[in-house]
Amino acid sequence: MTGMLELKSIDAGYGSFQALFDVSLNVRAGEAVGVIGPNGAGKTTLMRVISGLIRPTQGTIAMEGTDVVATPPHRIVSLGIAHVPENRRLFPRLTVADNLKMGAYMPGARAHYAERLEFVFELFPRLKERLQQMAGTMSGGEQQMCAIGRALMSNPKLLLLDEPSAGLAPVVVQQVFELVKRIRASGLTVLIVEQNVQQVLRVVDRAYLLEAGSIRAAGSAAELAASDTIKQAYLGV
Amino acid sequence: MQSFLGIFDIYLLEAVINGILLGGVLALLALGLNLIFGVIDVTWICYAELVMIGMYGMYYLVQVFHLPYWAAAPLVILLVALLGAALHFLVIAPLLTAPPINQLLATGGVLFILQSFATVAFGIDFRNLGIRLPVLALGEMNFSYARLLSFGAALAGMIGVYLFLTRTFTGTAIRAIAQDRQIMPLMGVDPKRIYLVTSAIGGGLAGLAACLLVLQYDVHPFVGLSFGPITFLICVLGGLGNFIGGFIAAFVFAEIISLGGLFSDLEWGYVLAFAFFIVMMFIRPAGLLSRRA
Repeated sequence: MTGMLELKSIDAGYGSFQALFDVSLNVRAGEAVGVIGPNGAGKTTLMRVISGLIRPTQGTIAMEGTDVVATPPHRIVSLGIAHVPENRRLFPRLTVADNLKMGAYMPGARAHYAERLEFVFELFPRLKERLQQMAGTMSGGEQQMCAIGRALMSNPKLLLLDEPSAGLAPVVVQQVFELVKRIRASGLTVLIVEQNVQQVLRVVDRAYLLEAGSIRAAGSAAELAASDTIKQAYLGV
Repeated sequence: MQSFLGIFDIYLLEAVINGILLGGVLALLALGLNLIFGVIDVTWICYAELVMIGMYGMYYLVQVFHLPYWAAAPLVILLVALLGAALHFLVIAPLLTAPPINQLLATGGVLFILQSFATVAFGIDFRNLGIRLPVLALGEMNFSYARLLSFGAALAGMIGVYLFLTRTFTGTAIRAIAQDRQIMPLMGVDPKRIYLVTSAIGGGLAGLAACLLVLQYDVHPFVGLSFGPITFLICVLGGLGNFIGGFIAAFVFAEIISLGGLFSDLEWGYVLAFAFFIVMMFIRPAGLLSRRA
């Protein structure tokens, strides 16, 4: 069975620094897949390579059969890939409404702007109350909602979430993972990168372990949660 | 004594109002420059020379091709908008990742090229539209229609840009790119296109300013020097890239020039404005609206 997103033998890095070595990974339609690993393992680089912010030096990426590497970065979102970047990266001095508007920038999404907005408000009623507030003045959890909402405005098939729980209070982290479940339930395919291994293994079907730029293990969430190496290194048991 | 004060107040009021009228056009120029700086992070040193080319455009369309003013103005705005886009495409885009000083020197080079081009192509004669608008007398105060018209058109231009920046997808992208350029591709935005559109708007504002200034001033190849430097001071005083700061600073400068001119010569008004600028640079080096660190 072929996947929705397929990465084959990806090498990538910044200048002379190589961050990813021969990474292969696939995500099937409807799945939630996690990439876990320590800080500096190359998880964010992996996300950036998929959404075109950096280009791989080796290997191929295909989204539903389309060559992602050959697609200009600003057209990759039109393939159905929406990336919620690390640290959310909202436009802090734009209102929540304008941030959401930016998510629907591409012509295909503009046409469905109103209905997408309704969908995002259904998921995050809080955002509706905050529409005219500057995004940078909201709490971390609200900013994360806004960042996910902005990504959903483009009507994606695949949502890339880069460390959605980073920098949030424990209670809010809980809420964010609840949100991920709800987003899955709406039919979206999700690829999520997390250091919070325990939590993420509860919401994904499968996961990859990325260490020092290479995939070290892969399997179902239950398998990984049961594996001794992961237990010792990441779950603290 | 009483009558002296009465007349004095009338002159004062006239100077204040003339300052506001002058401020409108200066604010328009500052907005164009601030837009380019805020979004693309480059300073168009040659901004006032774009205005000069636009003024020549008006002169030729009106005096040589006998177009009515109202038909010539949109053509000139379009012409200078294209010139702004060409400036970005030919000079700025190849230097986007170069050190700022190189970009500054390159647009400085364009300044001399445009001045020399104008000298060779149009000669050094002072030229004007031959349009003399009447003067509005309000009691004992006199206001030229040229200034009133300029103020109204400048205000309309600024409101137009404001609506474009706040109401449209492209305008929102222009404001967003100024805050975080790296993630723009994630929004499906091609930064190159946004830069080109922004440059065209910056050029269009210079074109509009040209249409208005040509009503009040003669055009010659070095006319840019009369308002180029003051536009930069306004932008720096307001905080480079800060639209509201630039707007306020434009009126502060215009009032200093106008009121300074009332108490002595117009030249002294400029001297006062520049002195004010130097003092402010010591007090608030990051601009009028900067937050204290």
